[in-house]
Amino acid sequence: MDYSDSRILLSSQRESNTSRFRAWVTVVVALAAILFQFFLPRFFDFLRFVEMPFLVVVYFALVRRSQIGGLLVGALVGLAQDSLSKHPLGMFGIVKTLVGYFAASVGLRIDVDHSMVRLVLTFFFYIFHQVLYWVMVRALLSQPMDLDPQRTALSALLNAVIGVALFHFLDKLRDRA
Amino acid sequence: MESLLNRYRNITVLLLVIAAQLILLAVQVKNNRDIPFVRVWTVTAVTPIASVVEWFRGGSSGFLHNYVFLRDADAENRRLREEVGKLKMDNIFLRNELSQADRARALQVFQSNTQSKTLAARTIGAGPGSGSKTIYVDRGSVEGVERGMAVVTPDGIVGKVIASYPTASEVLLVTDPDFAAGVVSQKNQARGTLKGQGNGPCKVDYVPIEEKVEVGEWFYTSGDDRIFPRGFPVGMVTAVHEGQPFKEIQVEPSGLQHGLEDMLIILSGVHQEIPDTAPGNQPVYIAPAPPDAGKTPGADASGAPAAASSTTAPATEADRLRAHYKALGDAQNHVFGENLPGQKPPNFNLALPPGGVQPLVKQNGVQPPVKQNGVQPPAKQDGVQPPVRQDGAPPPTPNGAPGPAKQNGAPPPPKQNGAQPPVKPNGAPAPAPQDGATTPANPAGTPPAKSPALPSGGGRG
Repeated sequence: MDYSDSRILLSSQRESNTSRFRAWVTVVVALAAILFQFFLPRFFDFLRFVEMPFLVVVYFALVRRSQIGGLLVGALVGLAQDSLSKHPLGMFGIVKTLVGYFAASVGLRIDVDHSMVRLVLTFFFYIFHQVLYWVMVRALLSQPMDLDPQRTALSALLNAVIGVALFHFLDKLRDRA
Repeated sequence: MESLLNRYRNITVLLLVIAAQLILLAVQVKNNRDIPFVRVWTVTAVTPIASVVEWFRGGSSGFLHNYVFLRDADAENRRLREEVGKLKMDNIFLRNELSQADRARALQVFQSNTQSKTLAARTIGAGPGSGSKTIYVDRGSVEGVERGMAVVTPDGIVGKVIASYPTASEVLLVTDPDFAAGVVSQKNQARGTLKGQGNGPCKVDYVPIEEKVEVGEWFYTSGDDRIFPRGFPVGMVTAVHEGQPFKEIQVEPSGLQHGLEDMLIILSGVHQEIPDTAPGNQPVYIAPAPPDAGKTPGADASGAPAAASSTTAPATEADRLRAHYKALGDAQNHVFGENLPGQKPPNFNLALPPGGVQPLVKQNGVQPPVKQNGVQPPAKQDGVQPPVRQDGAPPPTPNGAPGPAKQNGAPPPPKQNGAQPPVKPNGAPAPAPQDGATTPANPAGTPPAKSPALPSGGGRG
């Protein structure tokens, strides 16, 4: 696809290219993302920064362009992630619900097939995700948690790069409507 | 109304989902209780898949590792055979075996020697989140694991179980900021609280500035937290700073230094004494090598022959009598079986010089407390081996943690603390345990190490 003359902003929702996935694809991809985060840091601790469940939520929300679908995927993936964490249920759930909703909202207005757009969106949504999680841990749980801006920005950039490659792979699994 | 809901349907659903999760969160925080069924569902769904993946990974990597290892060993053996011959090759092979002591076997030995009831577990996953310091192990409530149980390795403590599910358990590592455990220093018995710092070393809080703590000193669990039994190694002090009102102490946790593959969950803890020396410096007893078939029994640990004689020591009463009569015949130049009928028999009441006949070696595992010419009593004949470790790894220290093996087979120095090995007051070796295992031969009257505890019940499988 040649992006040189394509528009990034969509003038109407009819221009958007809504993608659909088979149900099992959504479930398997989400489960694989959780397993990735559950399993891989055991052998490659440096990969702990990769928020694979977050990337999957962003992807499904962006390409499906359904706000309700995005927030539901975000809530379910977030709650599953909460179940494996030491924090109370709902922390990742709320954050990813909001990420899914806003990502779907952006997907309605922007052509998210553009790689650069995906990179920038993933970068900002990652920062939004981390900051919101930090705020919730401190505000709702009253627990100390460090948020290093430089480290967060670097992680956001790396996650965005990984996300673009992952999105390219996941594009092959979708059924265009 | 309907049109209004349709118009704001998306935002309404968002608010409902957020509100539901906030209520869920509030209930947990307010009651300080978890919602177990949601976690159980997720963990039960995820951990079997992770276990299968781990099984495939372990099998494939083990095959590759073994293949490469065997091929290298074969090539190395051929090269060494050409260079220095079989004897040197065997020596190098044994050295390699010693240096590559299997960690899993060490864990097994530790498990069988520690007095606490433990359960072997294997890591199958890591907790989510970039700052998370939790792991999942493949043992859950079905095997008796409960929340709050301690997790250790022979090197030191690892963490504690913070959630137990049917097929897996979540373990909070010592490096997590939420982790805390009561600890006590080795030399001056300074008590404090071990806390994680997220990464790297841990800190020990609440040690008053009057207390003396030195760099290089070891901390052990104090047992005050009712989670970790007293006497398990925690780590070595790497830095001490004077703070106000408490000291600022950094400790390098020893339990995480060799990875987190295998570990033990303490199902039922038994408090132990704090050892006098650091885990790495504790004297380790190595039992003597078993006697060779053609070698004189009674040789000591260094291979020197016993001073008794070069003949085989009698093992039964009949053997002793036979040796006695043979000595009588030798003393009178009499050869049994060659005299004709009617000739004078030898004097069976002749007094023999001392040391002429070796004492009887009993076969029931109890050695006679008799020394010959100041040398140790002869070794056993029945083939029951003293407790030599099969894997070449150092045997466990009195606190259960393995220490370094001595290479020269020299006996260890006597222990300084109150936990004395089973030596009789007269210096004779203590009788062997009832299960048939023997007390190892004692070359120079040096007390052997503390006898290992009975194997604990909760093993893997």
